[in-house]
Amino acid sequence: MSNQGKVDCGRRRLVVATAAVGGVGAVAALVPFVSSLLPSERAKAAGAPVEVDISKLESGQMITVEWRGKPVWIINRTKDMLDTLPKLADAVADPKSEKNQQPDYAKNDTRSIKPEILVVVGICTHLGCSPSSKFKKGAEEGMGADWLGGFLCPCHGSTFDFAGRVFKAKPAPTNLEVPPHYYMADTRILIGEDKKGA
Amino acid sequence: MAAGNFEKYKSDGSLGGNLLEWVDARFPATAMWRGHLSEYYAPKNFNFWYFFGSLALLVLVIQIVTGIFLVMHYKPDAALNANGVPVAFASVEYIMRDVPGGWLIRYMHSTGASAFFIVVYLHMFRGLIYGSYRKPRELTWLFGVGIFLCLMGEAFFGYLLPWGQMSYWGAQVIVNLFSAIPVIGSDLSLIIRGDFVVGDATLNRFFSFHVIAFPLVLIGLVAAHVLALHETGSNNPDGVEIKANKDENGIPRDGIPFHPYYTVKDIVGVVVFLMVFSAVMFWAPEGGGYFLETPNFYPADPLKTPPHIAPVWYFTPFYSILRAMVWNFFGLDAKFWGVVAMGASVVIFAFLPWLDRSPVKSIRYRGPITKVMITIFVICFFILGYLGTLSPSPMGELVSQVCTVFYFGFFLGMPWWSRMDKFKPVPDRVTMK
Repeated sequence: MSNQGKVDCGRRRLVVATAAVGGVGAVAALVPFVSSLLPSERAKAAGAPVEVDISKLESGQMITVEWRGKPVWIINRTKDMLDTLPKLADAVADPKSEKNQQPDYAKNDTRSIKPEILVVVGICTHLGCSPSSKFKKGAEEGMGADWLGGFLCPCHGSTFDFAGRVFKAKPAPTNLEVPPHYYMADTRILIGEDKKGA
Repeated sequence: MAAGNFEKYKSDGSLGGNLLEWVDARFPATAMWRGHLSEYYAPKNFNFWYFFGSLALLVLVIQIVTGIFLVMHYKPDAALNANGVPVAFASVEYIMRDVPGGWLIRYMHSTGASAFFIVVYLHMFRGLIYGSYRKPRELTWLFGVGIFLCLMGEAFFGYLLPWGQMSYWGAQVIVNLFSAIPVIGSDLSLIIRGDFVVGDATLNRFFSFHVIAFPLVLIGLVAAHVLALHETGSNNPDGVEIKANKDENGIPRDGIPFHPYYTVKDIVGVVVFLMVFSAVMFWAPEGGGYFLETPNFYPADPLKTPPHIAPVWYFTPFYSILRAMVWNFFGLDAKFWGVVAMGASVVIFAFLPWLDRSPVKSIRYRGPITKVMITIFVICFFILGYLGTLSPSPMGELVSQVCTVFYFGFFLGMPWWSRMDKFKPVPDRVTMK
């Protein structure tokens, strides 16, 4: 081997080729490690639809059910609550629900199949906290005097109206998500599936 | 290594001496001892602010030792036990109530977490006022920033493990931060969680990161931090390079051997620190709800966020900066910019060595602008920290926005204000104040 500044090009090429092949092997070895971080088959299989009976849900009441580890709210809105929605069209960021946060059958003024029954995922679209209900009008529950009722996220202060529409200039970027759901019967909802054949 | 005395140990004929000679012929034992302790010459004018480096090392040891013992009893399992309580939460209760001495070990660990940040923040402040990050110590500073990032990761992963309400929702919020990154965001947060929601998969991988991955990286970075420091030599409150003035033996005239002079000084610091640490640990382990937050005494409930959630105190300044961003720019959500601002507010420390253009290092020889800027920065840091513990409010939002502007103004304006400022001539030798 020469130490006098001469480079054996043949050897240099072999060294480069060996290092390149070794590098490819090292990167390929990452694949099983990274893919092990993805949700497992068991996690993917979980998430069956949830059936809910709402026959006992009085007007103005709300229940929370768990679907795919997340809270889903079902709210039986009073006429008063529904009447606030058109008044807030200028105050909310996406009044016509144009962003894809709901199935087509909930892309309407009340964001629901039946006008009074709202089904939404109770997870703030900002960073995933679950907003608290602030149903009373005005400052009674610590909101502003002009508050018409809705939800407040305790984490970063995003507010939502009775259709889960986010108010303007709040950290949450979109309205609350409406999960796929349909009425199996008049007072029975299946959350997690669209109506088959519809 | 400063002195570079690699002479091997010669035995005096005793049994211990023979053993050391045998070892030293095969391992650089005395060379390392001399290079890093008995012949590492540190400036003789270290003051109060120089306690916190060695204290950080002490807290690291406390965390590792207590952590090893906690892992013997803790179970990272989100499944519900026969009583309907998550196994992880129940195992922490078990450590607190049934494991002999378990409560003490856990309080050492939880108090240690907060103590770590107190000590590290003071250590960073020392670097800030005396210009310890300046040439030639940029790499020491960068390793330090790496340690700080690692420490934040450690604290975040560790906070999920008790699987209380605050653990759960804190992790939920922080993991969702990553989903704000355009294009790759939602896949990235899926990879971090390992599930579509924060759950058992998340708990187990956070456990793995907390007890294996991050401690290993942390120890490596600490070693690199100390090695880089010992290569350049320590800065001091005067910002004078003591190596510029050496005696005939090549020893800095203003240097004294780290051992025994600073080891003894640091032991005094250790004693005082442990007194305060023990007082907190025994009399106020919850730290007034700041070290251990009340909602965390309730097991994690994925359906209900506690009415008031806030990160642990050491994250609140950065959390306030996250919350301060409420505007959409360039077609990207405010959420994304909040994440960017929060990330930038931590990473920007890494750029200090190149932002500071003052001809002098130490605040002792710098003018009024530097003093005012550092004061404003510290005040803003405290206000942001305080606001981060509160519920969101319009007033708090405005104040945090103002403080965020000052926070970044301090760094981004530094190339200008540090050059504009007056400065006094720096003496050739260190002073003893």
